[in-house]
Amino acid sequence: METFLSYLAVFGVGGFICLLGQILISKTKITSARILVLFLLIGVVLEAFNIFTPIADFAKSGITVPIVGFGATLARGVIGAVKAKGLLGVFTGGLEATAAGIAAAVGFAFLFSLIFRPKTKKD
Amino acid sequence: MKKKEQNDNINIIIKHDKQYGNQTIYFKNSPSIKSFYSIVGPKEGKGPYKKYFDQIVKDDTFGEKTFEMAERKFVETAIKGAIAKANFSINDIDMILSGDLLNQIISSSFAARTFDTAYLGLFGACSTMAESLAVGALLVDGGYFNNVVCSTVSHFSSAERQFRYPLELGNQRTPASQWTVTGSGACVLSANKKTKIKVKCATFGKVVDYGITDVNNMGAAMAPAAMSTALAHFKDTKRDPSYYDLVVTGDLGVLGSEIFLELMEQNGIKINNHFDCGIEIFDEKQETFMGGSGCGCSASMLNSYILQKMEEGEINKILFMATGALLSTTSSQQGETIPGVAYAVAIEREG
Repeated sequence: METFLSYLAVFGVGGFICLLGQILISKTKITSARILVLFLLIGVVLEAFNIFTPIADFAKSGITVPIVGFGATLARGVIGAVKAKGLLGVFTGGLEATAAGIAAAVGFAFLFSLIFRPKTKKD
Repeated sequence: MKKKEQNDNINIIIKHDKQYGNQTIYFKNSPSIKSFYSIVGPKEGKGPYKKYFDQIVKDDTFGEKTFEMAERKFVETAIKGAIAKANFSINDIDMILSGDLLNQIISSSFAARTFDTAYLGLFGACSTMAESLAVGALLVDGGYFNNVVCSTVSHFSSAERQFRYPLELGNQRTPASQWTVTGSGACVLSANKKTKIKVKCATFGKVVDYGITDVNNMGAAMAPAAMSTALAHFKDTKRDPSYYDLVVTGDLGVLGSEIFLELMEQNGIKINNHFDCGIEIFDEKQETFMGGSGCGCSASMLNSYILQKMEEGEINKILFMATGALLSTTSSQQGETIPGVAYAVAIEREG
């Protein structure tokens, strides 16, 4: 039962974030790149006001996997680095904290571009 | 002496006998459409007009490495097909007029490398089929050339890369968007009088801009251009839409057609026989949202269903008007509005 509830929380929150994105795509003229940045900034704000961690405790991957989680990690990295190293942390902290995600994205993108070719969208 | 001559020329206002009004040219020798050929991709091949296309390609890469190379092969095949259907060889063709949507119209120009004849590259975005027909008819009617090929092509996947997002990004399509047709059409225009289908006159459009900036809503951007050219055509020729069996537009789509018909009504012209290639080429179940678009849309529909029905005598007179949105990715990234243009060609069956 506990497992079921935790799945429900993860997919419920994750699905809700996707729903917001779909509404933005369907009902507004905002381009996908801007929607992406918007969600990232929401993550930054949530982390800055210490709201992200309580949500993440509840929704787990439901909020950390979407780009909101990336934004929060970015903000957390900067806050931590500023505390440790001073103002220089503004420039180093974000990338340090998200290095794994970025390196993985670049690495896998390269790898898969070697293996696969793009295909035309289906009907 | 020379200066005097120039002055004289300025003072004499010549109204050429081939010009009807301000924008319309009447072809006295009526160049004929000797043959036509259409080739489309798999999605178009599943649409309601599948039985009219000469060739349906199952794999839209057409055996090529990239979508751009595939697009080139589409237009090459269409041109070859039209020449073969006319029982001509390339030596009989005086010029190929062609255009497409890619930067520097590479599909047409690169395809022209393989043909041993003169080439005129045109850019009118999705209006190119009507533009090439109009210019081709001028060349043949004027007696400069005997046979020319008019053609154009578009490809869904290369157009997505060119104008929207590369397919690799996996972006969703927005509800107002249209689906670029993968396909090409070509026809041979000939001075030969024996063929029944004739190009009678052409109206060259003005570039019109109503301030639309949404690149996902090309229909709305092109509808005012269609109105401008249609009004000029009916005014110049003193005809009304009922003169034609069909008033064909290129790829206004569902939304663009609505706007076009409404704009025409506001100007006192009601069109009851409107046929939009973009709406027709796919059916609703194919989820293209607002319909098909691209140069290949009007080209493949004209050079298949429409001209076949004219040959059979079911349709006798059409006004073929294709519209083009003249934007580039740079202009839209800089926030500029989308200008549109439309060319209209009257095609009639004689005898």
